[in-house]
Amino acid sequence: MAFLTDRKRADGMGSAKTGTEHFWHMQISSVALLILVPLFIFTFGSILGAPYDEVVAYFARPFPAIICALTLIVGLVHFRNGAQVLIEDYVHGLARKICIIAVICLSYGALATGLFALIRLAL
Amino acid sequence: MADVNRGNRPLSPHLQIYRPQLTSMTSIFTRITGNALIVGTLLIVWWLLAAATGPDYFETANAVLTSWFGDLVMFGSLWALWYHTLAGLRHLYWDTGRGLDVPTAEKLGWGVIGGSVVLTILTIIILW
Repeated sequence: MAFLTDRKRADGMGSAKTGTEHFWHMQISSVALLILVPLFIFTFGSILGAPYDEVVAYFARPFPAIICALTLIVGLVHFRNGAQVLIEDYVHGLARKICIIAVICLSYGALATGLFALIRLAL
Repeated sequence: MADVNRGNRPLSPHLQIYRPQLTSMTSIFTRITGNALIVGTLLIVWWLLAAATGPDYFETANAVLTSWFGDLVMFGSLWALWYHTLAGLRHLYWDTGRGLDVPTAEKLGWGVIGGSVVLTILTIIILW
């Protein structure tokens, strides 16, 4: 047993035989967000409410733009996975599949829109 | 064997039969805050898109985000974000196999509630 990692021993177990990968990705993204969220709160929080010219100049700077982009990427992928678990707990059958697809569309749609806006502001 | 009585069996007790506890409520709020954050996220993405489009569109989006409704969503999201972050930190700690006994879990629960309120107020003071 000493030759198996904890991850390997958990793989394929449980009623669904899957989910270890999902859990691991939630852990990775939550550790990343632990760093990104405080940085995002203070970079975004200090520009919200400022006039147009200042906002455009602010997001042309590398640090606020990169923090904002990373927070959107990791945050929305984390949301996509987390919301899927919420749906799997309360919605069943065909409605479940439709809801999960809708959440995936919403997450990547918002992600792409945010990145497009940031790139346009930064360049 | 096929279960002929499927769907007609007694159910195990569910939410409505249990007294609300700190551990269950803090867990439920982790889920609520995490999913509710999509509202603030979509508003911020819209605000960014408006800023990237031009001054006129930005005025519209900025007016919404700085209105009483926008303030409500942004302050709510700020607390939700701190709460969910601290609750996530608690989950990462639990995932190492530590702090799973009831007294410690309850202390961590109060830590998440108190910590999220303190961090929200501190953030508002710093950014005001």
